[in-house]
Amino acid sequence: MDINLVRGILTAVIFIAFIGIWAWAWSARRRKDFDASAALPLEEDSFVNHERENI
Amino acid sequence: MDKSATYNDKVVRQFSIMVVIWGIVGMLVGVIIAAQLIWPALNFDLPFLTYARLRPLHTNAVIFAFGGSALFATSYYVVQRTCHVRLAFDKLAAFTFWGWQLVILLAAITLPLGITQSKEYAELEWPIDLLIAVVWVSYAIVFFGTIAKRRIKHIYVANWFYGAFIITVAVLHIFNNLAVPVSLTKSYSIYTGVVDGMMQWWYGHNAVGFFLTAGFLGMMYYFVPKQAGRPVYSYRLSVVHFWSLIAVYMWAGPHHLHYTSLPDWAQTLGMVFSVVLLAPSWGGMINGIMTLSGAWHKLRSDPILKFMIVSLSFYGMSTFEGPMMSIKTVNALSHYTDWTIGHVHSGALGWVAMMTIGTMYCLIPRLYNKEAMYSTKLIDVHFWTSTIGVVLYAVALWVAGITQGLMWRAVNADGTLTYSFVESLKATYPYYGLRLIGGLLFFSGMFIMAYNVWKTISDKKPVPVAVLEPA
Repeated sequence: MDINLVRGILTAVIFIAFIGIWAWAWSARRRKDFDASAALPLEEDSFVNHERENI
Repeated sequence: MDKSATYNDKVVRQFSIMVVIWGIVGMLVGVIIAAQLIWPALNFDLPFLTYARLRPLHTNAVIFAFGGSALFATSYYVVQRTCHVRLAFDKLAAFTFWGWQLVILLAAITLPLGITQSKEYAELEWPIDLLIAVVWVSYAIVFFGTIAKRRIKHIYVANWFYGAFIITVAVLHIFNNLAVPVSLTKSYSIYTGVVDGMMQWWYGHNAVGFFLTAGFLGMMYYFVPKQAGRPVYSYRLSVVHFWSLIAVYMWAGPHHLHYTSLPDWAQTLGMVFSVVLLAPSWGGMINGIMTLSGAWHKLRSDPILKFMIVSLSFYGMSTFEGPMMSIKTVNALSHYTDWTIGHVHSGALGWVAMMTIGTMYCLIPRLYNKEAMYSTKLIDVHFWTSTIGVVLYAVALWVAGITQGLMWRAVNADGTLTYSFVESLKATYPYYGLRLIGGLLFFSGMFIMAYNVWKTISDKKPVPVAVLEPA
């Protein structure tokens, strides 16, 4: 097979994969998981919270 | 309390303190060499104080000691908090700390002695390179070992960026430093000629892309939401941001070799990928800044957020500037001038250092069971010295660089050069002065930080923090 054909196919595959990542990330089924993940940095350490109650 | 029920914050604390110390050391060397460019006599005719030996010491100290310690500290903190599990392998984690400090110490001894591979950002000789490889593989085992035993199903986006940074830096470091040793302090690279150049800038640009970008984006994706008290603007965008950024960065290196003996098609490829990089870079920048949407008022009272948002603004500026400079016709003007150094510092001081400083102000009180830093006022003072410093620095070198580029390319009607090199150097002098002032301002801010950190942590013994239950 001609190397340039391989290159062409590879480009197409990567392009489709890129579209696929968009579709996957934007699908409605992901929303719940993503919302839960996005909340992770907002959790506070338990000792810090304990300290705050005493202030 | 059972050890596995608490987080391993000791190693995070150790690296965090070293961030402040190595920041001061690395920037001090930077200020010295900036002064040497104005007053060359400042090397006192001592070989180990010459510009050629101190410059790699400066870059290694700020990138790998200051930036590296910040990446170790925050990645260890973030991976534990977002996986609800203690860091894997306590002893190996401790080894990464002491091993990394030993690497820095060896660099600080060998570079002034003139022991170097002469590869930019990869100057350290082969025995130190081997030690770096061992430490780095240990780092990967600790980080991915923690991911493997996580109690949260989804891997938070910051960990994806940290993970990509760890894997890629291992690959870059090992392949660029392949060499044949001839003695303990001397080796020859296995690459020759233009292949050597290509390998070096594949390494060099991805050191920017993965060490100074992907790693710090991981920091951004955790600490900006944390400090803003709001989840990231778009988690979906962060997924696309991650995959597009890591796919594109890998190919941008040849823009360091425009108009060299590198084949023309490879130069053009590097240019095209560099221009495409604007899209994922700005996607991430917008995602970070928009995290504050609806909470902009917090910028008025919180200097830590100011650090982070100005950092993201500099990220946006330098990732616009970079693609522009990689266009061959622009590069014909900018390359080999001080514009390049200005560009690097708007990224390194503006983006990397300011994100690190903001993050440390957010992180350090938490590591010592404190409500906040000792003085918010001092954080604000630090913010303004840093911001004014980096703006002065970048502006000075933009003007200097464009002046140099225009003078070097100016020709008379008969085809002879209009200016000699020394004339362009003379024209640059005032801007070197302005750059030194900018650098000094930024450097002085680090002492304000050191004092503030000391007052925050000196009176209190840290308390272990309990691991959160799985959500």
